[in-house]
Amino acid sequence: MCLSIPSKIKSIDSEMNTCIVDTMGVERGASLDLIDQDVVVGDYVLLHIGFAMNKIDEEDAMESLKVYREIIDKMEEEDRLAAIAESENCPNR
Amino acid sequence: MNDELELKDLYDGFRDADTIKAFAKIIEEDAKKLGKTINIMEVCGGHTHTIMKYGIPQLLPDNINFIHGPGCPVCIMPKERIDSAYILSLQEDVILVTLGDMIKVPGSKGSLQDARAKGADVRFVYSPLDCIKIAKENPSKKVIFFAIGFETTTPMTCSLLEAVVKQEINNVYFHINHVTVPEVMKELIDSRDEHVDSYNNRIDAFLGPSHVSVISGSKIYEQFPEHYKRPVVVAGFEPVDVMQAISMLVKQFIENRCELEIEYKRLVSYDGNKRAQEMMDKYFKKVMFKWRGLGNIPTSGLELKDEYNKYNAKEIYKDVLPIEEIEDHKLCICGDILRGIANPPDCTVFGTACKPTKPIGSCMVSSEGACAAYYKYGNLLK
Ligand code: SF4
Ligand code: SF4
Repeated sequence: MCLSIPSKIKSIDSEMNTCIVDTMGVERGASLDLIDQDVVVGDYVLLHIGFAMNKIDEEDAMESLKVYREIIDKMEEEDRLAAIAESENCPNR
Repeated sequence: MNDELELKDLYDGFRDADTIKAFAKIIEEDAKKLGKTINIMEVCGGHTHTIMKYGIPQLLPDNINFIHGPGCPVCIMPKERIDSAYILSLQEDVILVTLGDMIKVPGSKGSLQDARAKGADVRFVYSPLDCIKIAKENPSKKVIFFAIGFETTTPMTCSLLEAVVKQEINNVYFHINHVTVPEVMKELIDSRDEHVDSYNNRIDAFLGPSHVSVISGSKIYEQFPEHYKRPVVVAGFEPVDVMQAISMLVKQFIENRCELEIEYKRLVSYDGNKRAQEMMDKYFKKVMFKWRGLGNIPTSGLELKDEYNKYNAKEIYKDVLPIEEIEDHKLCICGDILRGIANPPDCTVFGTACKPTKPIGSCMVSSEGACAAYYKYGNLLK
């Protein structure tokens, strides 16, 4: 029931305090009554039962994704080194 | 990946198979240093669902266990409250409005679906605010909003009430069934009944709920590492979030730390959504709530403050609403499952007399309940 979804703000109606959001290609209206930060078109928000709940911190999301990339790269590097160490006729040895 | 975030990254990035595997490897290495088994409770059913759907238990070493928490507002609704919804829906001139998940949950008289078949006007809305439109279109009817949910959905009920008060709409009423998370977490550690000792040491750490925490902030869990010595990591709902959070918890154990940390930083802060919290304080007071499967837990429920009694369906319909408590089914072991003592397959009626289409206990009721998740994804278990 609480499985809210990340959505992007397409337009804002400040008089009604509502917005239109895009959720993976589906557009729908949402209330901005519960947002305690300033939001602008292009911001990402979490949408839950018709309400934008909170702004998604883009910097933090990017940072996490970068960390994941680095972890994977590091593992791949370890795998490569392990493979080299194992291989008898590796030209790099 | 370029430096601009796209909606796609917010979905795919946190579900990426390679990232999940990378975390599995890190956790496996770290878990060797633990020297014991740790039992992690995911408080929220949204996490149970992710854990089962992505087969996370299979990816983890044997000394990391999950205990499935009580976290679903639909599952924990006691039968007498569902009976209240059922009875209210059958009153004259009433339109009963609630959120979709409540449809099939059976009370002692039947589900809302059954009430509908009997002619009741029961409507399931996408947003609580839809009640306003329904009330305006039906001025001679009484629209009763049967409100359910944790901290996540409570502010939405407040927003509806605020609109009703401001716009002077006089045909919207509320039946409040909101519950709060920290109280039930405390209850699970510190059960007051005679089984206390056997319960007490089962839960070693908590995965903090995602969207409850967006509203409440991580501060509501502070007492757990401090007072109860159970670390908490607030985690997002995507599988990568869950893996990262487990990795963070395991690291706390091997480094001998016991802290409150946030994995889901892109949405959760320490303070949470202040506006939403203020609204909750304005309209609600804390009351005792009886949880299906767990029994009475003091101050774990919310109720409208007395000054809003004229909107309170419990006051207006007090003559017809049930006052007797209904016992949980004898064979159902939901309480033990939620406390981490038993697993769904340990229940004698699991998958036979009790199925998602015909649930007996709370854990089978919503798709996010532990029994329902085992029923659906059980073949993925190790
Ligand atoms: S409804 Fe689902 S997502 Fe929301 S708290 Fe319950 S289990 Fe978690
Ligand atoms: S299988 Fe059904 S009866 Fe058994 S514990 Fe789960 S919900 Fe209760």
